[in-house]
Amino acid sequence: MIEIDSVSKVFGSGATAFTALNDVSVTIRENEFFTLLGPSGCGKTTLLRTIAGFNAPSSGSVRLDGEDLVALPPYKRPVNTVFQNYALFPHMTVAENIGFGLDMLNRPKSEIKATVAEMLELVQMTPMADRRTSEISGGQQQRVALARALAPRPKVLLLDEPLSALDYKLRKGMQVELKRLQNETGITFVFVTHDQEEALSMSDRIAVMSNSRILQVGSPHDIYDHPAERFVAEFIGETNFLTGKIAGQEGETLRVALDVGGEIIARQPPGDPAGQAVTVAVRPEHAHFCAPDSAEATVTGEVSNVVYLGTDTHFHLVLSDGTPFALRLQNTPERAADAKLGDRVGIRVAPGVAQVLRD
Amino acid sequence: MANATHRPSFTERHSQWVLLAPALTLLCVAAFGPLFIVAIYSFLTPGDYGGVVWKFSTEAWFNVFAERDIFDETIGFADAHLAIFWRSLRLALITTVVAFLFGFPTAYFIATRPAHQRNLWMLLIMVPFWTNLLIRTFAIMELIRNEGVVNTLLMGLGIINEPIQMLYTDFAIMVGMLYVYLPLMVLPIYASLERFDFSLVEAGYDLYANRLKVLRKVILPVTRPGIVAGSILVLIPALGAYVTPRVLGGGKRMMLGNLIELQFGQGRNWPLGAALAMLLLLIVMATMVFYVRAAGREGGGHG
Repeated sequence: MIEIDSVSKVFGSGATAFTALNDVSVTIRENEFFTLLGPSGCGKTTLLRTIAGFNAPSSGSVRLDGEDLVALPPYKRPVNTVFQNYALFPHMTVAENIGFGLDMLNRPKSEIKATVAEMLELVQMTPMADRRTSEISGGQQQRVALARALAPRPKVLLLDEPLSALDYKLRKGMQVELKRLQNETGITFVFVTHDQEEALSMSDRIAVMSNSRILQVGSPHDIYDHPAERFVAEFIGETNFLTGKIAGQEGETLRVALDVGGEIIARQPPGDPAGQAVTVAVRPEHAHFCAPDSAEATVTGEVSNVVYLGTDTHFHLVLSDGTPFALRLQNTPERAADAKLGDRVGIRVAPGVAQVLRD
Repeated sequence: MANATHRPSFTERHSQWVLLAPALTLLCVAAFGPLFIVAIYSFLTPGDYGGVVWKFSTEAWFNVFAERDIFDETIGFADAHLAIFWRSLRLALITTVVAFLFGFPTAYFIATRPAHQRNLWMLLIMVPFWTNLLIRTFAIMELIRNEGVVNTLLMGLGIINEPIQMLYTDFAIMVGMLYVYLPLMVLPIYASLERFDFSLVEAGYDLYANRLKVLRKVILPVTRPGIVAGSILVLIPALGAYVTPRVLGGGKRMMLGNLIELQFGQGRNWPLGAALAMLLLLIVMATMVFYVRAAGREGGGHG
């Protein structure tokens, strides 16, 4: 378990000071695939490097299973990193690279040999053991970097955008492979990425970061269906934003009178909404067509564009006050033709599906 | 080119030779030619007032290693020559090692500065290189002579009572050569450190290597090509150094370069000088082969 407690990191000083981490607190559980997700410059890599020990926090503490990590130099932390550019040692073979950590820990030669063989097997690189790292492909280098970091059996494996240099197909394959490795080894993975799809498909939990802060921590399902803030909703997937005023509270949900007309029953955000005026987020696939101006219609709009995408169809609508609204339907054989360009349609959002945002 | 089995046409092969011609001409005229002459001279008989007499003789090569007693003609080792060979080799090797010990941290320091500062630091390394060799050597003399800056300072501070004799010793020659050849060590090491991927250092730390081990197991092996190049660049001119031992060694502490000059000058024994010059060439080549082999063994194919 990694406990990150009010960690801040400021680079430089005076007028050129840059705050890379602003009072970040998060707990990463044991055996978890934990992802730090955010746009570039949000502080996710800085947080990872703070856990690895490559930079010291300006304030706050990092503990691993109760032990303070901040006081330890990187070579004394039971934590290994898979670097973005892999950082394989060019003067060593694949096998020597994988054995490096164990060698530095002064493990007996026989143990190193056995572990290296096991790791080569794990990442399916056994035939390449005696190659130099310059003689293997990018995807293979990736797997060597992974094996090298896993060989000393760290308590935590840190991965700094390890898939970003791979092409699409290889990346898809490695995503599955990483998940498999995490299951097989039972090591806690902390994964940094700016790719929301990658984060959703692999993680047990995701921390969404922006502007040196963690905005929301939750399961992929939580983060996607119930974004706490506008940034989270926008950064992950596509979202419609409707503004309105709180008209009442019903248990876990809020009744919001929309500015465009009509009412929507949406989930409460974590914490209290700032005031009466709120924004409601609706995922395009959570909305359905119905008869315009009918009782079940939440809002009514006009179809301005239809985009057929094979698995599903995107409908671009304009609501009566000009607000754009996107709606997505899966193309199943049973589905009848629904809306055509220029049609006036009702849009139904089931109660409790939409999310009221915090800000 | 689309055609993978493309063979160079006649004109292409022809133009390659044309492009090579200036370099080949220079090599033949300026390098192999004189070398050939020196090799031939070493097997001739010395003339009375310098120069050579065109009569075959192995006397010069004999005199390189051995000498005849002037009275009873008994043959013994040429102790003076052997002492000079040994001094040359020893001083050149020590200079190379010390230049590495000074040069590597210097190059590392420069390579880890922000990019826009590096050229300024390199300029500072290069500035002494642009000054005349003789002037630099006399500057060292001014520093280490008995009434020089170092001794005056040490006596002024009361650390020593009498000046330390540094000038006209092997130490003086070594210091002089170190000063003169240090940039030749720094440059190639800097070049390989500048290309060095410092994330490898982080990878080393991450994999439980402390600072010393990161230096030994990661930085030094990866920058080995630069270290080898720098060592060769220092070792070769140091083996044949002439001005530095002449000025700082005071004529008594000769190195091979001075011995060769002596034979062509006052000694009036050109064949012996030529034989000694050939021997220097052989020592340089042997040292280099040994060094490159030793360095290549561990470094493997990288670089």
